[in-house]
Amino acid sequence: MGEKLILTVSPHFTGKRTTQNIMLDVILALAPAVIVSVILFGLRAIAVYASTVISAVVFEYAFDRITKKENTIKDLSAIITGLLLAMNLPVTIPLWQAVVGTFFAIVIVKCLFGGLGKNFANPAIVGRIVMLLAFTSAMSAAPSFLGSVDAVSSATPLAVINSGDIRSLSLMKLFLGQCSGALGETCAAALLLGGLYLIIRDVISWHTPVTFIATVYLGSLIVTGSPYEALLCILSGGLFLGAIFMATDYVTTPTTKWGQVVFGIGCGLLTFIIRFWGSYPEGVSFSILLMNILTPFIDKWTRKKPFGGIAA
Amino acid sequence: MKKSNIVLKGLLKENPVFVLLLGTCPTLATSTSVISALAMGLAATAVLICSNIVISALRNVIPDKVRIPCYIVVIAGFVTIVQLLMQAYLPSLYEMLGVYLALIVVNCIILGRAEGYANSHKVGEAALDGLGMGIGFLLALLCMAIIREVLGNGSFAGMAIPFLKDHCIPILVQSPGGFLVFGIMIALVSALTNGKAPIKKSFDCEGCPSAKACGKLTCSGCANEEKEAAVND
Repeated sequence: MGEKLILTVSPHFTGKRTTQNIMLDVILALAPAVIVSVILFGLRAIAVYASTVISAVVFEYAFDRITKKENTIKDLSAIITGLLLAMNLPVTIPLWQAVVGTFFAIVIVKCLFGGLGKNFANPAIVGRIVMLLAFTSAMSAAPSFLGSVDAVSSATPLAVINSGDIRSLSLMKLFLGQCSGALGETCAAALLLGGLYLIIRDVISWHTPVTFIATVYLGSLIVTGSPYEALLCILSGGLFLGAIFMATDYVTTPTTKWGQVVFGIGCGLLTFIIRFWGSYPEGVSFSILLMNILTPFIDKWTRKKPFGGIAA
Repeated sequence: MKKSNIVLKGLLKENPVFVLLLGTCPTLATSTSVISALAMGLAATAVLICSNIVISALRNVIPDKVRIPCYIVVIAGFVTIVQLLMQAYLPSLYEMLGVYLALIVVNCIILGRAEGYANSHKVGEAALDGLGMGIGFLLALLCMAIIREVLGNGSFAGMAIPFLKDHCIPILVQSPGGFLVFGIMIALVSALTNGKAPIKKSFDCEGCPSAKACGKLTCSGCANEEKEAAVND
């Protein structure tokens, strides 16, 4: 009899979706961008992906073993962190540096704070920022894609925009990813495809990505004064990658719909400010990290009043 | 308490940096290289032992109401001696430490031991406490400096290490790296001592140096107030 009376706290309904299941969807959504990046940047891209993904899983497994915690690599989140971090790196990055970045992302940002669900910041973002500060020259390299005109390297689109030569960029090339930059950020088309898949599968909601990109578009429109140039601005840099895959992380972004809108607008404003007036050419990762820190407050401000409840 | 225990407790169980969390500023600032960490640790240890001895000897003479200024005068005297000696005989080290040498005057570890230990213990015990705490500070600085210099700069005490020289992580020498290493070391020490390191007694009213001024005659007064504050939050 005692076994039949199960006393647990709510929620009492359980769905079929599991963490593993959702993470698998995200990996599938990242697949087009990963494949395109290998086509664009060559086989060394595979080595970069392999080094971050394998080291992410190894670090998480080792941390769980050393601290005698439950083995958590099966939830696949370490693989996503590894993939996202690699997508933020240039193809020429030395592999040992990629492993160091993964160590920061997995061990320091995620595991030391208690593992998935307890980290306050997006591991891949912090990994990238630590690498940007630690290995500045290797990280700001701008390797060109295979088959580009200049064989060695070319300026990233954002560097071109900063130098004022914005008209030399081609909208179509930016959309398809035929420009220099980090592995996964160049091809907006592949990232959009992945984002649509996630929205259709109900893994993410449209609020954050749309408001994020729209805010950057509006800001760029005001500064450049031309809708076409503003479009070039949002297609360059890591905006789509950040808005679709990193600003929608469950753990580090608001849970309410209005909160997600606030989050997206905040990210967009910060990105736009850093891009046009900051000392770094790209501001997507910094803006997401700063908004990650504000997430608990955004959640608190936008919490719905329960029916019949008293306003807090 | 046994004499050896007075010295040993400063090394790990009551390590001033990793357990009592005192002296964070010089720890972060001078642990960028092994040499500056060693110099800082030795200078602070010398000042700590001397000031503990003098303050303990004067503990019945110093009026309670102006004790902090008195401690500062004693400590500042010894810091000036160390500073002038270093300037005369080790000018390059003096340059390296810069303002942090003079800042030993307001180092929390030294003031904290004067307030928390030397003013209530005999001269001999106070000297041993100063020695233990000083060595604890020195060891903590050295641990952090070795991690930061070897991994962050690829060298040890200025000598380049062949393989690591080309594979260093410069952020560890910068200030964010200092905080990272600091946090990880605190976690490690806490794990080594099972998180039981700080002795609770020294933090309640008995050990509280402001107990008289506080006006709460018993500890329960303090505790109740904390509870109320927690509820109000």
